Amino acid sequence: MIMVTDTAAPATESAIVESIRVAVPEHGLQHDLRAISIVWRRELIRFRTDRLRAVTALVQPILFLFILGTGLSSLARGSMPGNVDFKTFIYPGVLAMSVLFTAIFSAGSIVWDREFGFLREILVAPVSRASIVIGKCLGGATIATFQGIIFLALAGFAHVPYNPVLLLTLVGELLLLSFTLTAFGVMMAARITQFQAFMALTQMLVMPLFFLSGALYPLSGLPGWLTILTRIDPLTYVVGPMRHAVFSHLSLPTGAQHVLAPGLTWAGWAVPVWLSLGIVAVMGLAMMSIAIEQFRKTE
Amino acid sequence: MSPTVRRQNPIPVPARLVSGVTVSIPPSTTGSQPLTMAAADGPADGAAGGPRPVIEVAGLAKRYGEVEAVRGIDLTVRAGETFGFLGPNGAGKTTTIKILCTLANATSGSARVAGFDTATQRDAVRRNIGLVFQDTTLDGYLTAEQNLRFHAELYGVPKAAVLPRMRQVLDMVGLWDRKDSLVSTFSGGMQRRLEIARGLLHAPHVLFLDEPTVGLDPQTRSSIWAYINELKGREDITIFLTTHYMDEAEHCDRIAIIDHGQIVAIDTPEALKASIGKDRVQIQTADDQAAIAALAGTFGLDAAVHEGAVTFSVASGEQFVPRLFTELGIPIRSVSVSRPSLDDVFMSYTGKTIRDAEASGTDAMRQMAARFRGRR
Repeated sequence: MIMVTDTAAPATESAIVESIRVAVPEHGLQHDLRAISIVWRRELIRFRTDRLRAVTALVQPILFLFILGTGLSSLARGSMPGNVDFKTFIYPGVLAMSVLFTAIFSAGSIVWDREFGFLREILVAPVSRASIVIGKCLGGATIATFQGIIFLALAGFAHVPYNPVLLLTLVGELLLLSFTLTAFGVMMAARITQFQAFMALTQMLVMPLFFLSGALYPLSGLPGWLTILTRIDPLTYVVGPMRHAVFSHLSLPTGAQHVLAPGLTWAGWAVPVWLSLGIVAVMGLAMMSIAIEQFRKTE
Repeated sequence: MSPTVRRQNPIPVPARLVSGVTVSIPPSTTGSQPLTMAAADGPADGAAGGPRPVIEVAGLAKRYGEVEAVRGIDLTVRAGETFGFLGPNGAGKTTTIKILCTLANATSGSARVAGFDTATQRDAVRRNIGLVFQDTTLDGYLTAEQNLRFHAELYGVPKAAVLPRMRQVLDMVGLWDRKDSLVSTFSGGMQRRLEIARGLLHAPHVLFLDEPTVGLDPQTRSSIWAYINELKGREDITIFLTTHYMDEAEHCDRIAIIDHGQIVAIDTPEALKASIGKDRVQIQTADDQAAIAALAGTFGLDAAVHEGAVTFSVASGEQFVPRLFTELGIPIRSVSVSRPSLDDVFMSYTGKTIRDAEASGTDAMRQMAARFRGRR
């Protein structure tokens, strides 16, 4: 039953369609960049349309900063060196946490895409697996950093100054952290085929990562076993520099800064900030490479 | 100027509005090799003198652990053909399509699609094929247009061609006016149409349709077929499809019947039906077991109960029916005589109807789960 009324349109219509020439080009850098860009843009579109996710991702860091932070600051009042608010102390760590879930879960969408078929549309495209994974990692890093920036807006409530240099430093560090976390998530997602399993596994890993990062306590004067555990937690190497950045923008007596933000040490040797961040970057790149390799495999 | 197409049917059947318009895919210097020039190694078998086949499969086998999903398949598909791959669920259809589409490696044997090897020239194969999978592979959180754009960018469709081509394929499936809607708001039939449009966006030489109508209601199924048939007239394309609906195989130029990972018959639907030569008779009786015994005893016919009726095959069915009434000796409530259908073809080659084959299918559960997921 054809119900289309045919009027004077065909001439214009065919003028449009006849001119179409589609020839899918041979593989090239240009093509890879377009692929990276579209995978990245899809992450952004989905983040923009899913406002609920952005709001719910804020809940946990807000709980830590304002509930736990306020509660413990009454306990710590007077005993904090330089009269620093406990909220200020945990702010860098909680800021790192604000991107933790968003980054890893954005990688989890690969598992989701696999379950709902969209991954197949991606995997059958004539495009390198590397550009897909890179696009995904950059996409996750971008939206997680956005998430971090929302939380960064609350810095004033923790008595952290809105200093442009400080803010830019923190955003840069968040971007690096988000990239590495997404790469970690993508690497896991390459192997895990069920969303439930992915969620369970990442939930299990995220909290230890957070607690061992020194987000809630200084890294000096810990028992030996805890010192070792904190040093193998990759998150430590971002939380340290972030706290360093925050505390170097506070006017504090040197003694207080030394106690609260002692800087990271390996058996007494102070790890410079650049090395600390370099470790995180190398880990991110390594995990991304593993992910690319895993996506190259065919059943 | 906007085209004055007024569609009143919620599931519009493609109109002949832009008939005569074809998308010409020029022999590209950069990759999508024209098939007639793709002569590489050796003459093409199956199409003597003609162009090289679009799909060539030789001794293809796939094993998943202990399970032999595909056990040595040979077939060729010529340019412009609509080739149907027919068989019950779990027969190896999807596995074969996955190998042809570079999503799985064959355990042994080889496959060439559009002149390229599916194992060693993956990207070349991928550039030249379009795919519509059994389960939806759309992103429901994106609009129809965003889904197509994603595809165009991933396939590197030249930027200037993206919008006009998008318009053309969306017009073809009657979804242009819905391009800004989220895909999650689309019905199953609309999603399938959008997938077909997306599969065509990069003007592939071969379109693979894996169960294009599974899980759709009959009306939507027939509208999908109307679109596919329309498309054959408009695009220079070869279609390879799988189905387990026997009636859909009638739309194909040639079909291969696959059972337990092997091809049991391959020919045109007419030739396959002619090879049966007998009519199918189904009778409803008061006592089916007695009727089966009587048919064997009196007429020497092998009958069995299929789909709730005593079923048997006999030459010249109409002339046999009067004898049946006088000589069977068991009251008959109803009779139906049908010319051989593809169902009968399937039965004669495999000894069971496709429904019987599915009932015993080992992956029926998997299939159900997949459909459930597909529906969301």
